[in-house]
Amino acid sequence: MKLELRGITKRFGDFTANDRIDLLVEPGTVHALLGENGAGKSTLMNVLFGLYDADEGEVLLDDEPVVFAGPGDAMAAGIGMVHQHFMLVHPFTVAENVMLGHEDVRGPAKLLDLDAARAKVREISDRFNFNVDPDAVIEDLPVGAQQRVEIIKALSRDASVLILDEPTAVLTPQETDELLGIVKDLRDAGTAVVLITHKLREVKAVADTITVIRRGKVVGTAEPSATQEELASLMVGRAVSMRVDKEDATPGDTMLAVDGLTVVDAAGIVQLDHVSFEVKAGEILAIAGVQGNGQTELTEALIGVVSPDAGSASLDGDVITGRSIKDVLLSGIGFVPEDRTEDGIVANMTIANNLILDLHDQEPYAKGFALQPKVIADEARKHVEQFDVRATSIEQTAGSLSGGNQQKVVLARELSRPLKLLIASNPTRGLDVGSIEFVHKRIVAERDAGAAVIIVSAELDEVVALADRIAVMYHGRIVGIVAPDTDRDTLGLMMAGAHQEEAA
Amino acid sequence: MTATVADAPAAAASNAPIPPKKFGPAIALGVIALLSLVIFGLGTASGASTTFVIARPTDFFKIPSFTLPSQLAAILLSVVGLALAGWTAYRANQRRKVGLWVPVVYGMAIMGALLTWAGAGRDATSIQLTGLLTSSLFLAVPLVFGALAGTLCERSGIINIAIEGQLLAGAFLAALVASMVGNPYVGLIAAPIAGALVGLVLAIFATKYWVNQIVVGVVLNMLVLGLTSFFFSTVMTENGDLNQPLGMPKLAIPLLSKIPVLGPVLFNQNLLVYILYVVVAVLQIMLFRSRWGLRVRAVGEHPKAADTVGIQVNRTRVRNTVLGGAIAGLGGAFFTVASGLAFGKEMTAGKGYIALAAMILGRWSPRGALAAALLFGFADALRAQLGAIGSPIPSQFLAMFPYIATIFAVAGLVGHARPPASEGIPYKK
Repeated sequence: MKLELRGITKRFGDFTANDRIDLLVEPGTVHALLGENGAGKSTLMNVLFGLYDADEGEVLLDDEPVVFAGPGDAMAAGIGMVHQHFMLVHPFTVAENVMLGHEDVRGPAKLLDLDAARAKVREISDRFNFNVDPDAVIEDLPVGAQQRVEIIKALSRDASVLILDEPTAVLTPQETDELLGIVKDLRDAGTAVVLITHKLREVKAVADTITVIRRGKVVGTAEPSATQEELASLMVGRAVSMRVDKEDATPGDTMLAVDGLTVVDAAGIVQLDHVSFEVKAGEILAIAGVQGNGQTELTEALIGVVSPDAGSASLDGDVITGRSIKDVLLSGIGFVPEDRTEDGIVANMTIANNLILDLHDQEPYAKGFALQPKVIADEARKHVEQFDVRATSIEQTAGSLSGGNQQKVVLARELSRPLKLLIASNPTRGLDVGSIEFVHKRIVAERDAGAAVIIVSAELDEVVALADRIAVMYHGRIVGIVAPDTDRDTLGLMMAGAHQEEAA
Repeated sequence: MTATVADAPAAAASNAPIPPKKFGPAIALGVIALLSLVIFGLGTASGASTTFVIARPTDFFKIPSFTLPSQLAAILLSVVGLALAGWTAYRANQRRKVGLWVPVVYGMAIMGALLTWAGAGRDATSIQLTGLLTSSLFLAVPLVFGALAGTLCERSGIINIAIEGQLLAGAFLAALVASMVGNPYVGLIAAPIAGALVGLVLAIFATKYWVNQIVVGVVLNMLVLGLTSFFFSTVMTENGDLNQPLGMPKLAIPLLSKIPVLGPVLFNQNLLVYILYVVVAVLQIMLFRSRWGLRVRAVGEHPKAADTVGIQVNRTRVRNTVLGGAIAGLGGAFFTVASGLAFGKEMTAGKGYIALAAMILGRWSPRGALAAALLFGFADALRAQLGAIGSPIPSQFLAMFPYIATIFAVAGLVGHARPPASEGIPYKK
């Protein structure tokens, strides 16, 4: 089935997320939709899938205009979508998830026909070698298998157009290769595949046609033979260097020593399992791993947001576990949280106030009970200039800033204290390329000033670019600490749980 | 490089961290059973005996009453409690949950020990065992209906705190309409309508205006309380014909009601109880084995996933909340027409909140709701029985008994139950 979008425009208030976008997807091809985070890719697909109504433009299937009131219509028309955040009901089995919404029933009481659903899952699973058990419960399955369930869901509804929205964000490199293989099989079986991504490597591996969008507009198309640099400059609008300039590290004494740190969550699941490592002054330790393997718990346990169930950590010889967060921060730790809008800033407060969240009760920002607005404003202006925060005024709310500028506010605040240790969790997620360069430069500068730095990142490119040493986490454990020039295949296998010796 | 992609899932399985063992519930159960052993078992005078009456004058088979040495009986019941605590510990050691029968049997054993202790050495009085079970079931009726209402709503993602109000509205309208028509059975038709209306208001505020569902629920309880009290003290007081005590006769089912012990308990009840059996069975099957049930549970767990396969999330929620309200309303008829009483102010007396507890203890399933409600009904009936035989415990403490049982049950003695993941969260596109 041929899918065509003509002049799709979608606005949210004043913001135009999609601006007259045209797209043509032929059956039996893989069409990559390439763009940075926030370029409008997902919005476009949600319009196509009937989750949003387009303000202008039309969707054509085999040259017939169609209108989808909801996802049900889109699916009935043969469009399947694998969302970035999986749409699977966790306590249900694979078969129940696949049948949901178009259940077969049997008998006079019209009860669910689970056998039919199981057979369907098995048939599709066998056809593409998915190796999925129809009776497995979703929450017990690894992420890669969950994604295959999503594809089965789409195929069980006879989807002839399959949209994959950032499908590799949560996969290990090996799972990614597996998925790309599946995409090729699907294409060869005649399915039209739309691959939404910002990862150039994947695009080059499977795409037949590439459409690049930037700030809600189609800025060009490219052949898969284009180089990564060409695609990158098309995607961000200017030439980009894919490297971070930094000198070799000159590590000093041990700054942070973590010993057997263990965190068990409220549901009784061990999220962090006897983690031990050291970071020296003047070096960057990058923690690589697929999201959700204990990285969040590690950073939160270090600054005291969650209290560890066992083990300890000490900073420059002083134990920091078991102390209050404030105590920990003031002892010289800077923290850039992974979810900047949730944990990094208070969206409704001004930039100036966000800049002193950590020190608001300290001299010179406060005297006794009273804040010192003039001091706060002066300092804020200084920080805004130093960190190149693009804002109309320091009284603007932090929530009204772009992602990159919000992150600069967070960095400015966290770097304003003398630091012994900087912990940054996915510091460049969702930022534009210019901001990424700025953040990276600042992090390296902090290292060179003698602080120990921990970077948590799910992006292998970022890990390799910044790290002096790489620790790989899997299922709450550190499977190994390796040099930054370790090859990607080895890192990928370690991210899937293989130990360094097995992987290398 | 030896590891291949196919090995990755196997590695994942072997590397999966093991959750810690949780012995808290087992220890709590054990401590209470030990207390029961010491106080009720060893605290009973050793020569005393307790008489249990099972047969009724009308029974086909006559089972003689039996008298047990009180101390032995109380010790045995406490040991049953200890054994169940041991079973819970054994399962915890294997990191597995225990079935709902454990807390229910445990609760009844400990309460039985209490009863034996209280009845010890009172030659003039005897414990009416069949009567106790019959009234347990009867007193559980509004709790079961309320818990079913809660289950229906929460499975679709709406928190229904307004069960109390729905029960009260049902009780009121049942009494009013039945009195006007002069037929108690018409009250059974009116009651669900009242409950459904309360449910509809809750559903609209929750799905259309995204108001905090707990706040709306509490406000609705207040609203119904105010409205019914107002009409009670004005219209109903001025015109007594509008609020008559109309009772529904017990309907003995032929043959079944002649089974010893269970017959009179289960099959010599009034129509509302028989409706209860049907509703529990139908909902249990529908919720877990029908297309409707699958969709409802999907909406309560992951509404967006349901939406992306074409299920109307908010429509499902409204429908379930109204249906849940109707069921709670029907349960409200228990207080008036099914009990043969006229409507009285605040006559539901917090039963709606106990029903919520039964829903949680029953782990959001109709079958579980029935079992949990029976436990609470038993506690309630026991209170009445203890009062009747003149127990040494002050009546104020006895009145607290069902609520204490509730708190212990819900406080996690049975392990942490997992509610539907999206309950209480409005679905916004």
